[in-house]
Amino acid sequence: MAISSLLHGPLASADVLIAGAHALDPGAGLDGGHDVLVRDGQIVQISPPGEIDGEGAELIAGAGKHLFPAFFDPHVHLRSPGQEHKEDLETGTRAAAAGGFGAVIAMPNTDPPLDSAPLLRSVRESAAREARIPVGFLAAITRGLGGEELSEMAELAGAGALGFTDDGRPVASAGVLRKALQYQRLCGGVLTLHEEDPSLSRGGSMHEGEVSAALGLGGIPTISESTMVARDAELAGYEQARVHFQHLSCAASVRAVAAAKALGYRVSCEVTPHHLLLSDADVRSLDTSMKMNPPLSDERDRRALIEGLRDGTIDCVATDHAPHARHEKEVPFEQAPMGTTGLETAFAALYTGLVLPGELALATLVERMTASAALFELPTPSIAVGEPANLTLVDLGAEWVAGESGWESRSANCCFAGRRLSGRVLITIAAGGVAYRERAFSVVAA
Amino acid sequence: MNHLLSIEELDRDAIERIVSQAQRFAEVSDREIKKVPALRGRMVLNLFYEASTRTRSSFELAAKRLSADVVNFAASGSSVEKGESLKDTVLTLAAHKPDAIVVRTPWAGAAELVSRWTSAAIVNAGDGKHEHPTQALLDVYTLQRRLGGLDGVSIWIVGDVAHSRVARSNILAFTRMGARVTVAGPPTLIPRGIETLGCEVRYSLADLGQADVVYALRMQRERMSEAWVPSLREYASCFQISARRLSPRQLLMHPGPVNRGVELSGEAVDSPQAVIAEQVEAGVVVRMAVLYELLAGARAFRPVPEPQLA
Repeated sequence: MAISSLLHGPLASADVLIAGAHALDPGAGLDGGHDVLVRDGQIVQISPPGEIDGEGAELIAGAGKHLFPAFFDPHVHLRSPGQEHKEDLETGTRAAAAGGFGAVIAMPNTDPPLDSAPLLRSVRESAAREARIPVGFLAAITRGLGGEELSEMAELAGAGALGFTDDGRPVASAGVLRKALQYQRLCGGVLTLHEEDPSLSRGGSMHEGEVSAALGLGGIPTISESTMVARDAELAGYEQARVHFQHLSCAASVRAVAAAKALGYRVSCEVTPHHLLLSDADVRSLDTSMKMNPPLSDERDRRALIEGLRDGTIDCVATDHAPHARHEKEVPFEQAPMGTTGLETAFAALYTGLVLPGELALATLVERMTASAALFELPTPSIAVGEPANLTLVDLGAEWVAGESGWESRSANCCFAGRRLSGRVLITIAAGGVAYRERAFSVVAA
Repeated sequence: MNHLLSIEELDRDAIERIVSQAQRFAEVSDREIKKVPALRGRMVLNLFYEASTRTRSSFELAAKRLSADVVNFAASGSSVEKGESLKDTVLTLAAHKPDAIVVRTPWAGAAELVSRWTSAAIVNAGDGKHEHPTQALLDVYTLQRRLGGLDGVSIWIVGDVAHSRVARSNILAFTRMGARVTVAGPPTLIPRGIETLGCEVRYSLADLGQADVVYALRMQRERMSEAWVPSLREYASCFQISARRLSPRQLLMHPGPVNRGVELSGEAVDSPQAVIAEQVEAGVVVRMAVLYELLAGARAFRPVPEPQLA
């Protein structure tokens, strides 16, 4: 599938020389101080520091900073159409750019859901006007996300759907999912699955365990997710279909994915920063920013997710950026909608929580934050000559308190709000244009 | 103490302080004129999002015996039915400047939320399935009167623990007062992880004879439609506290309202072991003590020092 399946608004092609930054791109074998010259939005030269003249290009002082390929997020909620009070294509992609992302994939659980080609075309047209960075769209697997009848998947694929998902809900019926997997032979596209058995999760608002017992909250057992991962891996294996499991939250799901991969099934999966860094102990305060689906699991599950990300069982990081308006979250925990924002904090939170304590190599983190592009058969962002510039410049030493100077997102329901994080995104170049520039980061010379 | 939101945040000293204050108020209840002027001019607002006759009237009586003014606000028939949020309801009522708000809601943590939105002292009168701290305090009071103390006492809490805020508050309060707590009930109604609150878990009443106190929980009929147990009949045959299962030396408690013939047999309710009426009576004096602690506060327990001249 071509890159044109991603759309963005007008972006002025950058002419910049990023001088002296530590360029790190494990895919391109780059790990050290380099000058990177971008002309007309394309990387044209990568050389040892001081060797490039860069006549006429804007000079960006990179000394002491790190340059990564821009991150790719396979799972965000941009809320358009229908819920623009939470987020829209412009604010959501601005938040993404501020977090160092060069492209995102938006979920179809909008209002109405993206389950028909005319609707998909119209939202893609909006993205071509409003999006600050490239956006791809998944369409609904079933009509109205109802879990019963397939959407017109072939027509949706023709209208630009990158793949299909009922995210926010499971496809509870194995029979319906099997038909969708069979139909994939006609329409292509990855099926990405939110795994939850409603008969096990019903009535729950957090992870089932000692914290839910103490708080008297209905618990969602991890088997609600893991049994569905195991079921759907078998369906995918049987139909030789390609599926991607969204936001894994527990050890048993990681085991199920590892088993499916060992059998050669075409499965991949993602994990969110919040499931890697937080646990049900963080729900004790009943802060509604800690309410998400799947819920934050316990410490043992969290360790298994980190291990899965490290050893590659988990292919990539996804934020599941899920904005909600203040009045929607400022209610008792059981009444609050599920979801946390995450685009603006993902890298810094993972760098602070996993890389600094030595749990994960920086290169592995960068790889896992760009790997999802390939899962959707899109080119992986890369720091290489001839590639379009998809770059993010980060000051790893800069500390900041999440949310202290507001958010680019329209919503503020971030589970990391108030935490001190290391690693500040200074500039994001997406599809060849400067999509974000940190306010305090000044240009040295033009 | 600014609020009473949970037993979790109380230590043994705080529980004992409230219970002994309640004992002092018990004397007031025996007078012909059952009223003291301790909270004259103070306003107590009852904010109830769930139907409750007993708890609400118990708080109302407690406030009135302390000479406070009482305003009752029930969610049904109010602006809540027109879609007003909890926050806006609280902000509106807070504009009347109540000194204390007694809050009952079907949502865990709601009383704590309310405490952030107003400067009034908040009393949690039940937040979802989380806690019901005044119930636990009145149960401690009742047992203390009967047994002298809870140290080493074996208390079995029997029934639907999963859906019971009373169970959670009582496990915490009883263990803090030195009792050994066992919860028993159908495995589908005992939440995973409950033992981390410091209780033992049993799935039958075979060893009920070990208990000094049997605390039966209300078995709500709606649990049947949700199929938590196969039938009320089977529940009763396995977990009903009957005269046959109760020994003469045991005490029987229940938070009310009782389903006769379900969690308790009629004979058990009417037996001499039952202290259910004493619990109701204790409710008023314990709630007096709680309101007094929050509103008259430190002055009551520590005499105000004479102004010192420099």
